[in-house]
Amino acid sequence: MFSWANPFKLRSRGVMGMNQRNFSYIGRYNDRSLYPNVDDKLKTKTLAIENNIAVPDLIGVIRYQHDVAKVFDLLKDHNGFCIKPAKGSGGKGILVILKTTEEGYLKASGEIVPKNEIIRHISNILAGLFSLGGTDDVAVIEALIEFDPIFKGLSHEGVPDIRLIVFQGYPMMAMLRLATHASDGKANLHQGAVGVGIDIATGKAKRAVQYDRPIELHPDTGKSLTDIQIHDWERLLTLSAGCFEMSGLPYLGADIVLDKNKGPLVLELNARPGLAIQIANGMGMLPRLQHIESLDRRHPSIEKRVAYAQENFND
Amino acid sequence: MASRTPFLLLIITLIVIGSGSIYYRHTEMGIPLTAGEQIDIWQIEATVEFSARNNAVNATLTLPQDPHFELVDEFTASPAYGVQVIRNEETAEAIWSKREAVGRQTLYYQASYKQNNNLPEQPAPEDEAVADVLPEPYQTSANILAELAYEKSGNNSFYVLQVLDLLNSSNQNLVLLNSKYSKTDIFVHLMKLMKIHAYPVKGLVLEDGRRNQQLFPMVKIYVKDKWQIFNVEENSLAEEFPIIVWQENAPSLLDLEGGINSKVLFAISHRSDSALSDATTMALKDDYLDLGLYSLPLAEQNMFKGILLLPIGALVVVFLRVIIGLKCSGTFMPILIATSFIQTELVNGLVGFILIVAIGLLIRSYLSRLNLLLVSRISTVVIVVIGIIVLSTVFAFRLGLTEALTITFFPMVIMAWTIERMSILWEEEGGKEVLIQGSGSLIVAVIAYLLMDNLLIRHWVFNFLGVHLLIMAGILLMGQYTGYRLLELKRFTPMAED
Repeated sequence: MFSWANPFKLRSRGVMGMNQRNFSYIGRYNDRSLYPNVDDKLKTKTLAIENNIAVPDLIGVIRYQHDVAKVFDLLKDHNGFCIKPAKGSGGKGILVILKTTEEGYLKASGEIVPKNEIIRHISNILAGLFSLGGTDDVAVIEALIEFDPIFKGLSHEGVPDIRLIVFQGYPMMAMLRLATHASDGKANLHQGAVGVGIDIATGKAKRAVQYDRPIELHPDTGKSLTDIQIHDWERLLTLSAGCFEMSGLPYLGADIVLDKNKGPLVLELNARPGLAIQIANGMGMLPRLQHIESLDRRHPSIEKRVAYAQENFND
Repeated sequence: MASRTPFLLLIITLIVIGSGSIYYRHTEMGIPLTAGEQIDIWQIEATVEFSARNNAVNATLTLPQDPHFELVDEFTASPAYGVQVIRNEETAEAIWSKREAVGRQTLYYQASYKQNNNLPEQPAPEDEAVADVLPEPYQTSANILAELAYEKSGNNSFYVLQVLDLLNSSNQNLVLLNSKYSKTDIFVHLMKLMKIHAYPVKGLVLEDGRRNQQLFPMVKIYVKDKWQIFNVEENSLAEEFPIIVWQENAPSLLDLEGGINSKVLFAISHRSDSALSDATTMALKDDYLDLGLYSLPLAEQNMFKGILLLPIGALVVVFLRVIIGLKCSGTFMPILIATSFIQTELVNGLVGFILIVAIGLLIRSYLSRLNLLLVSRISTVVIVVIGIIVLSTVFAFRLGLTEALTITFFPMVIMAWTIERMSILWEEEGGKEVLIQGSGSLIVAVIAYLLMDNLLIRHWVFNFLGVHLLIMAGILLMGQYTGYRLLELKRFTPMAED
């Protein structure tokens, strides 16, 4: 129970701590004025479309209370959709509708949501119920992501996504996050989600952890976690690398989902990505960060950066 | 890094100036490094209660002028009353007034006194003591008693002892006198018959932790060239407790217009404090390094004694977050909680804090179902917190738990924010995270409190302002620390395995 890591051993393995992340990377590289690019989902989406970054389709935006009823015009051509607050935090206020039926809208839980409930939810978003600090917000309506069947049996209830740390535009560490029963459908590692370290060079799973301890099989479904291979890996890396130019943030966490039809899509960007990815990968990220910092000349093109990362950051 | 040198220079400057000023103040100004001698402080609270009669109220409470005690600070608390404290040569009194008052009224006066060791010489009485003539047969009985005591004593002080003995006997004359006069009155009369100056006073026995106390009738007499105080009503008065003379020249303790059924009750508590540095002598010396703190009025000095403790709290917060890695809710919330702990004492404070937050969370969980907006939600929680504080204070007061009254020292808006944050945390991350962060905040608050309550630290932060420069240097240095947090060593244990 009370075992402590030797700090010198951690340092020699290049494990980055919270203080170093805050001081040497986030504080030094990430310009605060660029944070809205990633904290405001609508702004992220607009920037992504301008920069040809694949994101889930935008069905529409509701900005004012008197436009709320127009949501049904927007929705009439879409069967499944997702309503989010642009400045929401921690996944609050996200309403996912799988199917439009005669009686109303079908939620993932099997519950039917009537039309007036949709209106009330959007009104709450506009009034700032879910936004940080309670400021006024806008409601973003997105097309539903159809999850790639390769994750079948790997995620319990929730959305499997791939978190990549992109430093100076080089994707340098990746992890697949799988929700479990213990994490209550959420993809947060400290709540019990499974983290699978992914090899940057190949897109193959390296090892998996839950509660910081290595595991072999998914705790709910029993499926093997170590022989996952993410297809279209290079495309996914290219997508994440492009997020650097798009957001302007040199130290960045990109959350990417795989859509059955459209391939990898950027779901969210994060200016303060956590450190659990090191545990999932079983390696510290300092050597790679310092490797990129020590480059004489960084590659201006996304393709070259991805190729460089795949060549140098293999295990 | 290029910006390293100016930063280090700043740190070095802070350390040099800080320790230099400490050294100077110690060696040149002679300020001791330790808190030094402890003095006894008696905190006395007088509660005046009465029923108002729907019109103007003027209540005058006599305050003590006992040369044995020196006033340290005082304050009054009474809702919607105008209050004035008047002190001059003859009288000392607190006057409350209000244009219209209805129902039961409660007024508070609180003062801290320290025992005065170097007493000023009290003037001897100039005129001769003259006894009033009592109606018969009482005067004859008094004369007989005086005669009895006089015969058995060689001088005035023996006479006093004899009279005290007589007052506790079952002498027939005494019984007769006692049927009309109190023992105190008889004693005073018998003293005056012997030309000894005597007059009744009322005093308060200073025993720590006593509540609902009343003034005690006593007699002040002048024998052997000095004034002495005697208690003649009963001999049970414990010797070890000091007595403060509360009412001396005033005819009554409370002078009340516009109210009936009044009573005055006293509560007494004792604390030890480090001897106040001899403020006046220090202010006289030409010293710029204290920024003139000592020349401020006592109340402001006391305020700064509190404010100057905050850097200690900040240091604790930075240390526990950056070096230890403790999670707590709100950056400086624990410091504010710690400062309220100073007022409430640790155990009361902890119980009160947990109580307020727990009840607040319960009510907040209902509010979250109402789908309110943030600002109105927090405002509701603020009102709920005030409600909890009011209700628990009233409830505790009815039960006679005065300790619980200190719950009002909690900063209410901070409490409301704490409840709000904890409750959002509960919804998003679950009850476990609330427990982790809540206990984290409490640990930080308790550690900060223990340091801020330390006598030596209190002495240093107030008397050596250079300490604050050192604290600042320490905080700045910790702001550059990029090593592992202690708790990260635990988190990353799997990373150190092979």
